[in-house]
Amino acid sequence: MQKFTTLSAIAAPLPMANVDTDKIYPGRFLKTIRRTGLGAYLFDGLRYDADGKERPDFVLNQEPYRHAQILIAHENFGCGSSREHAPWALLDFGIRCVIAPDFADIFFNNTFKNGVLPIRLPRAVCDTLMADARLGENARLIIDLERQVVVRPNGEEIRFEIDPFRKHLLLNGLDDIGQTLEHVAAIDRFEARQRQDRPWQPGISV
Amino acid sequence: MADSKPRTLFDKLWDSHVVERLPDGTCVLYIDRHLVHEVTSPQAFEGLRAAGRRVRRPDATLAVVDHNIPTTDRRAGIAEEESRIQVQTLENNVAAFGVPYIPVLDARQGIVHVIGPELGASLPGTTLVCGDSHTSTHGALGALAFGIGTSEVELVLATQTLLQKPAKNMCVRVDGALPAGCSAKDIALSIIGRIGTAGGTGCVIEYTGETIRALDMAGRMTVCNMTIEAGARAGLIAPDDTTIDYVRGRPLAPKGAAFEQAVAYWRTLPSDPGAHYDTTVALDAAAMAPMVTWGTNPEAVLPITGSVPDPQDEPDASKRALMRRMIEYMGLRPGQKLTDIKVDVVFIGSCTNSRIEDIRAVAGVVRGRRVAPGVRALLVPGSGLVKQQAEAEGLDRIVQEAGFEWREAGCSMCIGMNPDRLQPGERSASTSNRNFEGRQGPGGRTHLVSPAMAAAAAIAGHFADVRELL
Repeated sequence: MQKFTTLSAIAAPLPMANVDTDKIYPGRFLKTIRRTGLGAYLFDGLRYDADGKERPDFVLNQEPYRHAQILIAHENFGCGSSREHAPWALLDFGIRCVIAPDFADIFFNNTFKNGVLPIRLPRAVCDTLMADARLGENARLIIDLERQVVVRPNGEEIRFEIDPFRKHLLLNGLDDIGQTLEHVAAIDRFEARQRQDRPWQPGISV
Repeated sequence: MADSKPRTLFDKLWDSHVVERLPDGTCVLYIDRHLVHEVTSPQAFEGLRAAGRRVRRPDATLAVVDHNIPTTDRRAGIAEEESRIQVQTLENNVAAFGVPYIPVLDARQGIVHVIGPELGASLPGTTLVCGDSHTSTHGALGALAFGIGTSEVELVLATQTLLQKPAKNMCVRVDGALPAGCSAKDIALSIIGRIGTAGGTGCVIEYTGETIRALDMAGRMTVCNMTIEAGARAGLIAPDDTTIDYVRGRPLAPKGAAFEQAVAYWRTLPSDPGAHYDTTVALDAAAMAPMVTWGTNPEAVLPITGSVPDPQDEPDASKRALMRRMIEYMGLRPGQKLTDIKVDVVFIGSCTNSRIEDIRAVAGVVRGRRVAPGVRALLVPGSGLVKQQAEAEGLDRIVQEAGFEWREAGCSMCIGMNPDRLQPGERSASTSNRNFEGRQGPGGRTHLVSPAMAAAAAIAGHFADVRELL
């Protein structure tokens, strides 16, 4: 997994609530068996019209936001399905950080597994950062994960909270499997105990 | 556990599956059951292969295809290339990793959240995951069941565990007699209308109260299925006689003495008196009515007697903008009566509402009636076994005589990944779970309803109050 340390980047404002995973990555593109190249379908219904032409009013079709690495949105970002294709598509497009007042649980969880940082900030702060983002090219935001701050273009620092364990994984680019395999002896012991205490769970065979 | 503090059902399920608690509170959580389908697993198996890992417990894993497959005759295979490749990829993976698999032409094939409980693979007191948000369905059995992303699918395949922190406890209590014409779907939509699409974020919802207790297992599964649409991680209903009677005798459930031992354990699972919930919400079922969504999230829902709301009445500017966008996308006008909205397609199916009880409800409404001219009506059973049961009861004839298409089991028009989808601008009455923009096909307009309400819309050609057809 790609590490996340600091990021200085253009931020795209997307002032929408309930941006669901079908909007981020429509179901009909879920047929891929890869996890790369999905950026082409990111926000497909918002980005392209029925003929496949770019909609000029959508933020990621505008300069400089085509190069955005940060996305700022409203409440309940990523609601809906568990498809990890949503963070894969964001990452493939170049987005490394999403800022919103809150996120749906499964999406929130999925972003971390891919080196994408979701930051929860109050709605008023998100609106301030969106106003910054609208200033375009010269208004980069800086995300410093170690210090847990978003730095506004005027230098003001906004603190954000993050789970310490997840922060550790992101800063060091560690994945869950590597971490969990350190506990394999405990998993063995759990399974042995469970076979004794709950022998009524038969194995599946079809 | 020596701890004598009263615990909720969720607390008990969680505590009994913690392998190890890390210093910051993150837990290595053991997973008893892992259901796998073709859409969210290819990249996970690819990850295992790249790292030279095996599936730790194939005997705790069950795979099936449901999202991509056509619901017409499947003996000729899948015409669409990408769908065919995804299904073949799963078949190659289950063969290579030794995972139990139910093939497309097996009578037991069906939607993963229908076949899990039906086969007895989903059991009370267990932890169950699947790379699919509607895994919350299995919470109806009193299992801690939730959807995960593909990275976590790989993690469970490799280690049979997840790294998670416990959720908060939320209690949704529903009391009162559910009026005739209302069903579990109307309860679910009423709850989402009340608490909102993010109302359960960070929580596991336990459904309690006499109305929930009175639901059959199909109804409980519908309520738990829609939990994710309220933003919660999982839904739960404590195991009781209804649950135990349902599980008994299922092919993959324990048998004989082992079953009795299991039952004794399951009886210990209901929340202790005085257990703490972080949030409690109470609803009166007697005040409920058949519900219809009008917008593009499940929270935008009203009783059938209502009208499309007017954004001008909404004081909050961003909510007003969202309402305008929803009304525009849905092709409606403020103040329009819901019963004046015409439908093009009626879809009855999905992991929310495709069980035998749902099909009986549909047959009860359409018996001796005809689908309105110009309306295309699909009935897609949730599994091959549901289909067989319906045919044994003659329900297939009743719905076909009314003008419904009678299909093979699969996700069908819920997801728009297979040939069943809406055309741009088409409007559906759908028993599925999501009315997001483009969910049933680009430009498609979805209204979520119960099976009986979908049947009523099929007959009337527009949304109609099923209570008037009973």
